[in-house]
Amino acid sequence: MTTTDIRVAFDRAKQRRRSGLFRRFLRHPGGYIPLGIFVLIVLVGVFAPLLAPMDPNFVDLAAAKAPPSAAHLLGADSTGRDILSRLIYGTRITIWGALITIVTAVVIGVPSGVAAGYFRGPFDRVAMWVSDALQSIPGMIILLVVAAGSRNNFELLMVTVGVFMVPGYFRIARSQTLSVREEPYIDAARVSGLSDVQIISRHVLKAVYPPVIIQTALTAGMAMGMQAGLQFLGIGDSNVPSWGAMMLEGFRLMLTYPLMLLWPSVALGLTIAVLAIMGSTLAELAQVRTPRLRRRRGAAAVAVGATAPATGTVRHTAEGSALRVENLRVSHATPSGVVEVVHGVTLDVAAGEVVGIVGESGSGKSQTVFSVLDLLPASGASTADSIRIAGHDVVTATPKQRQALLGRELGYVPQEPMSNLDPSYTIGHQLVEPLRRVHGMSGPKAKARAREVLLRVGLTDPDRIMRSYPHQVSGGMAQRVLIAGAISGRPTILVADEPTTALDVTVQAEVLELLRELQQEYGMALLIVTHNFGVVADICDRVIVMRGGEIVEQGDVDPLFAHPQQPYTRELIAASLDDALGRAELEAGRRSVLDSGGRSALDAADPAAGATTNTTEVRA
Amino acid sequence: MLLFTAKRLLSGVVLLVVVSVATFFLAHLAIKDPTAALLGTTASPAQQAALATKIGIDRPLLVQFWDWFSHLVTGDFGTSWRNFQPVGAQLAIKVPVTLSVVTFATLITAVLGIAFGMITGLRSGTWFDRVLKGVSVVLFALPGFWVSLVLVLWFAVQLKWFPAVGYVQPSQSFDGWIRSLTLPAISLALGGVVAVSEQLRNAVIAQSRQDWVRTLRSRGLSPARVNLHILRNASPAALTVIALMFVGLLSGAIVVEQIFSLPGIGMLTNQSSQNGDIPMLLGITVVSIVFVVIINLLLDFVLGWINPKVRVA
Repeated sequence: MTTTDIRVAFDRAKQRRRSGLFRRFLRHPGGYIPLGIFVLIVLVGVFAPLLAPMDPNFVDLAAAKAPPSAAHLLGADSTGRDILSRLIYGTRITIWGALITIVTAVVIGVPSGVAAGYFRGPFDRVAMWVSDALQSIPGMIILLVVAAGSRNNFELLMVTVGVFMVPGYFRIARSQTLSVREEPYIDAARVSGLSDVQIISRHVLKAVYPPVIIQTALTAGMAMGMQAGLQFLGIGDSNVPSWGAMMLEGFRLMLTYPLMLLWPSVALGLTIAVLAIMGSTLAELAQVRTPRLRRRRGAAAVAVGATAPATGTVRHTAEGSALRVENLRVSHATPSGVVEVVHGVTLDVAAGEVVGIVGESGSGKSQTVFSVLDLLPASGASTADSIRIAGHDVVTATPKQRQALLGRELGYVPQEPMSNLDPSYTIGHQLVEPLRRVHGMSGPKAKARAREVLLRVGLTDPDRIMRSYPHQVSGGMAQRVLIAGAISGRPTILVADEPTTALDVTVQAEVLELLRELQQEYGMALLIVTHNFGVVADICDRVIVMRGGEIVEQGDVDPLFAHPQQPYTRELIAASLDDALGRAELEAGRRSVLDSGGRSALDAADPAAGATTNTTEVRA
Repeated sequence: MLLFTAKRLLSGVVLLVVVSVATFFLAHLAIKDPTAALLGTTASPAQQAALATKIGIDRPLLVQFWDWFSHLVTGDFGTSWRNFQPVGAQLAIKVPVTLSVVTFATLITAVLGIAFGMITGLRSGTWFDRVLKGVSVVLFALPGFWVSLVLVLWFAVQLKWFPAVGYVQPSQSFDGWIRSLTLPAISLALGGVVAVSEQLRNAVIAQSRQDWVRTLRSRGLSPARVNLHILRNASPAALTVIALMFVGLLSGAIVVEQIFSLPGIGMLTNQSSQNGDIPMLLGITVVSIVFVVIINLLLDFVLGWINPKVRVA
């Protein structure tokens, strides 16, 4: 199987999941109930002549404003016309009008959106501008002009409403097409000689149609609202029974005959509501949701059947250790239930010691340190027999007490520098804010401390850096800023999660060296998570090897390197050596991209890369 | 920043010109014989011809266009075909009414939309989030005038808390002015509240999952302070919707003003379209677009302030 084959297969699998959307919709109570009501309403409209008890325009002045009775189930209006019959015929006109509007909007909006997204270039720019312009025009004014000019031609008015609904379809079709176009299988299809038309009809339209269906449910509701609004303003043929016109009459007689306003309002409200609920259900089913795990401290939120014995041991006495974790278990809520990803690990780090946790993606190493920090994502929860951080036993601590340890006792250096700085604030603000709010420093003092740590991590122009926004500095500089932020509160334990993985090889060594220096200078315990034995060899005193949520091997670095007991450890060491070579080539390529001005594109891709890493770890 | 502003301003002017010109021709092509609408069906052909000469529609369309456009550039909207008063002067009376309803509605939209969006975004999945979502799905879809009717029936007719209809000048009674605007503003705002809160909720959820949120928390910052960072990064989505809503409110105001008998441009539009009063309709269109352009410009400034990347670009 070639790479292309796999991608095409993957694409097919994705589409199969999508086609399941409508089947799931029919099983969901938010799907079949409103759909059933809507189908009924449509049937009432279609079979109006058979269902209506009377001619909707039959005037019987004797029955004027008659209350509900056997002859007129819902009463009669001011000229004695049967309200129920008018309501039934009004359904017909409402649906006919909405249909005209939607067909107009889809026929103009979807092809232009697909073309704009697929071909981009000048057509895209012009179409975007026209779409924005259409959205900037108060449609009702234009509708009134058209109404005046066309002597209230209903079909023409509904087409005009449709034109104002075009931007909604255009935008959705365009953005779906843009995102599909980025997919590698589209390139594969193009290379294999498919024409644009074939690619669009085979691949793009499949991605475009589910959101178009959702948009249609919403648009139909809006179209009916606009239509009734126009009729309410008195625009339309007075011989055609419509809900809007009935509402107008009911509104005029509201004080004396409120029921006359009630019936058409209920009909319109119900129809729009079921459409909205259908759209919302579809939208909800179309997006994959991450479930949330209720955090119950002390209580065991552990997956069923997860009773594997704890792995790993402690090296130091409880008093002598800066960090000590016993039988830590981490669980995540997934769509298929709660899954335990860390199966009871025990480890400790002494003050001034450097310990590495090594393992491949999904080994649970990051989940372990996030539990120590109490920064698991919302879907995760952890339990442990004991977690001691700088002398505090925190296993029963409240979230607030755990938060109080952050910054003071625990410093954290993340993996991906560019996505770990808030893009909207200056770097200075992000360094100064914790110093003021957490460490209680005055403004000038916090600023001085921020400058000092920036200088310490090797940034020679701290004032310029502090004024800069994250997108204005390089990845290496951003990582130094993050290290500065982690140490600015003089923590006793520094936790670094793959601190060099996202950096250029040349910068990697410098950052490791810096971490080592700072660890010695501050006398911190350093817990460093990595998949790379090279990092371990460079900096660690001791190493813990994790696999599948368990500790499989641990020991001092030198003996473990010389005589790894587990085949898995041997594989990891070998992979790190290969990796060092492969990585060097990769970096060379990456730098040439950067030199040719590709920075912004890479930066934009970076957070996504970080997110992928996290999800893989969660899934395992 | 200067270049950015100039670009946006230019884009706004282009929009204004294109829409004005398009509306001019649309109106003149759509309303073929305005004299019939203006004079009613009983007028004689001679009367119609006299009126046609008076309002100048016996001239070629392009001449009429140039006459109208060259005056418009100097700020002269022309004269109403209905009562021969300057369009500008009548707009000056009607626009403040609509603007006060729309501004009031926008304020409600912004305050409630941001509050609900924040709460449901940060507490997504809780019962409050789910109830609000259920209610909002339906509220968003219902047209403003439908909500108006329900509000009038309930609060004005049943409970008599607010005047059912009518407008009070702020100079007469400030309290009465607010009361006369409350129901129309609420009915206009409800859909917007829902749209803004939904957008903000999704943006807040998306931003809460960003890596930098975890890093900020790791520094020991309180949840409240971290939420401020999340809100600032999530707000562009909500602000964009608020600006879009403003356009929708101008449209919605036309029907809602009718219901509440507010003497704003909504009622004026309806009357003018039925009378075939093209200069008035064009004046209303131009003024509306000017407001839209101003709102979009304000939005761009705020977005630039929130997102430093926009400012640089």
